[in-house]
Amino acid sequence: MSETRTKSARASDPRALWEEALKKGELREANFTTLSGADLKPLYGPEDAPIDPARDLGYPGQFPFTRGVHPTMYRGRLWTMRQFAGFGSARQTNERFKFLLEHGQTGLSTAFDFPTLMGYDSDHERSLGEVGQVGVAISSLADMQTLFDGIPMGEVSTSMTINGPAPIMLGFYIAAGESQGVDPKKLRGTIQNDILKEYQAQHAWLVPCEPALRMITDVFAHCARHVPQFNTVSISGYHIREAGSTAAQELAFTLANGMEYVRRGVAIGLDVDQFAPRLSFFFDAHLDFFEEVAKFRAARRIWARKMREVFGAKDPRSWMLRFHTQTAGVSLTAQQPENNIVRTALEAFSAVLGGTQSLHTNSMDETLALPTEKSVKIALRTQQIIAEEAEVAHVVDPLAGSYFVEAQTNRLEQEAERYFAEIEKRGGVVAATEAGYIQREIHRSALAYQLAVERGQKKVVGVNTYVEDLDAHPEIELLRIDPAVEKEQHERLATLRKKRDAQKAKGALDAIHDACKSQDNLLERFIAAAHAGCTLGEIADVLRAEFGEYEEPKIL
Amino acid sequence: MNERKIRVLVGKPGLDGHDRGAKTIAAVLRDHGMEVIYTGLHQTPDMIAETALQEDVDVVGLSILSGAHMTLFPRVKEALVKRGMGHVLLTGGGIISKEDMATLEQVGYAKLFGPGTPTEDIATWIQAEMQRRWAREEAQR
Repeated sequence: MSETRTKSARASDPRALWEEALKKGELREANFTTLSGADLKPLYGPEDAPIDPARDLGYPGQFPFTRGVHPTMYRGRLWTMRQFAGFGSARQTNERFKFLLEHGQTGLSTAFDFPTLMGYDSDHERSLGEVGQVGVAISSLADMQTLFDGIPMGEVSTSMTINGPAPIMLGFYIAAGESQGVDPKKLRGTIQNDILKEYQAQHAWLVPCEPALRMITDVFAHCARHVPQFNTVSISGYHIREAGSTAAQELAFTLANGMEYVRRGVAIGLDVDQFAPRLSFFFDAHLDFFEEVAKFRAARRIWARKMREVFGAKDPRSWMLRFHTQTAGVSLTAQQPENNIVRTALEAFSAVLGGTQSLHTNSMDETLALPTEKSVKIALRTQQIIAEEAEVAHVVDPLAGSYFVEAQTNRLEQEAERYFAEIEKRGGVVAATEAGYIQREIHRSALAYQLAVERGQKKVVGVNTYVEDLDAHPEIELLRIDPAVEKEQHERLATLRKKRDAQKAKGALDAIHDACKSQDNLLERFIAAAHAGCTLGEIADVLRAEFGEYEEPKIL
Repeated sequence: MNERKIRVLVGKPGLDGHDRGAKTIAAVLRDHGMEVIYTGLHQTPDMIAETALQEDVDVVGLSILSGAHMTLFPRVKEALVKRGMGHVLLTGGGIISKEDMATLEQVGYAKLFGPGTPTEDIATWIQAEMQRRWAREEAQR
């Protein structure tokens, strides 16, 4: 072929023309990457997104669920708007719950304070200064009853974000329901109960991995029979991402944890279809809109494939990855906090286009303190605007078929598979966690992102670009926790310990002690202990004495 | 300029598990040539002060996102003083309001940093502060 002919052929080829023009164009950056640092092309075409629609996408409500878990998706029912709330005493949080229900929220979500999350009563010396600070203090069945006072537990669905002591807290919840006259079979909600990501990222644990996993399978076994509408675990990528992981790491580590729970359930003799339909997931919605939508789609596809092909699940409900989403707390800035409303809206939009089942939108003031009623209301209204005004909830999986989104979905699935293989090589997820491998991966990503921000490679409005003088900015109103809460809790606990039947309480703790040594179901014993007036800390102390405490690996 | 290596203890007081900031700072300070000891999570004030003493550090930097700083930070200071470590450069960061920062500065925290602070600023501040202290010690000798 002669030189001139090639040139003229090129001249008539639109792609060659475009590539030529692109080379000549002036570009803002040398490299463009996703928020997670994955390289981006300027344009995506069919060659970048090889998909077989029948195999890789399917139809909504059908394997592999890439397009969503329900046939009707949001045409049938909108996602659950579920704002995470909890601060101060059970009484105060009960009021906030009622406030949210009155303003159209459709499910409850409970944040506990650190002592509760770590299995200490409010009057333990390590609880000093922390009671009610970042969540509600729940030390006993009496506190749980106050939390749900006037809220019909048979009608609301409640999410509880707690992990180390989750089986104990679920015992309090079931017992509180019983005291309202509600059959446990009617209770709906989710207990986070995802201990693996605690060791990896969020760090509120109680006992070492093996006994913690045993308690989780006790929850699976008990709930499969007696609390069938409750999601027994919410396998969470949220905290992994917030700790600094990339989108691919969030996806991979979460699903690897999920598969470990399935293995453990099967190992105690449960049929996979007996408990897998009650496994739920929880992801972060960060600022990279397309990468996030792709992540949610990839998550559904991977899970469906693993459950059917690796674990041999036959019930389609076992294949479905249902998930809650929270917008990214780490993306919020203390600088120019009102801008956080916009960040949250973008993130919430990706969760909706990614087909989430429920959503929490962060409030603008959360980098400064717990949110005020005003800022919580704006966050809830953000979801309502997406749901009601923007007309985006009428079409299922609207980004499917976008070359770019399909390419990102494929990429994330491949990256997750690479991590699964790596984790396998390291002896599985428990061994990889105990050795600090997963924590180290997350730390590296966190550090890389921080340095990218400081070098100006990643922009954050108000922090490294469009910076304003901080002092010139009006302070926003902050919610403060009254120190009286701690004192009140001490008094409530003292009264409880005085008034309860001491013999009965001791008997219930002894029964837990015995169950630790046998194969008896611990959750059953926790429910009995709740009714006997045992406190969270007393029950946790038995577990700590019996099972020991977790020691984190040094990764620095 | 003093060529001594600055020894820093990065501590996580209280029950909060958010260690992204602490670990990031620890890594950055190390990259700036400092000797960094990280306490790990869930430390009581006494545990932190004891490690500071054992490791004979020049700087203690605390990271907290639990809201318990007004209780725990003054106790860390007391625990340090009790062990004869009242002289260390005390700093920290986290979700701490401006008013709380001002109060804590009065009980001996030289400077506290809020969210969004470049880690570079923190490292250079520690270096400058230690140089100033060492120069003063030198002059007094």
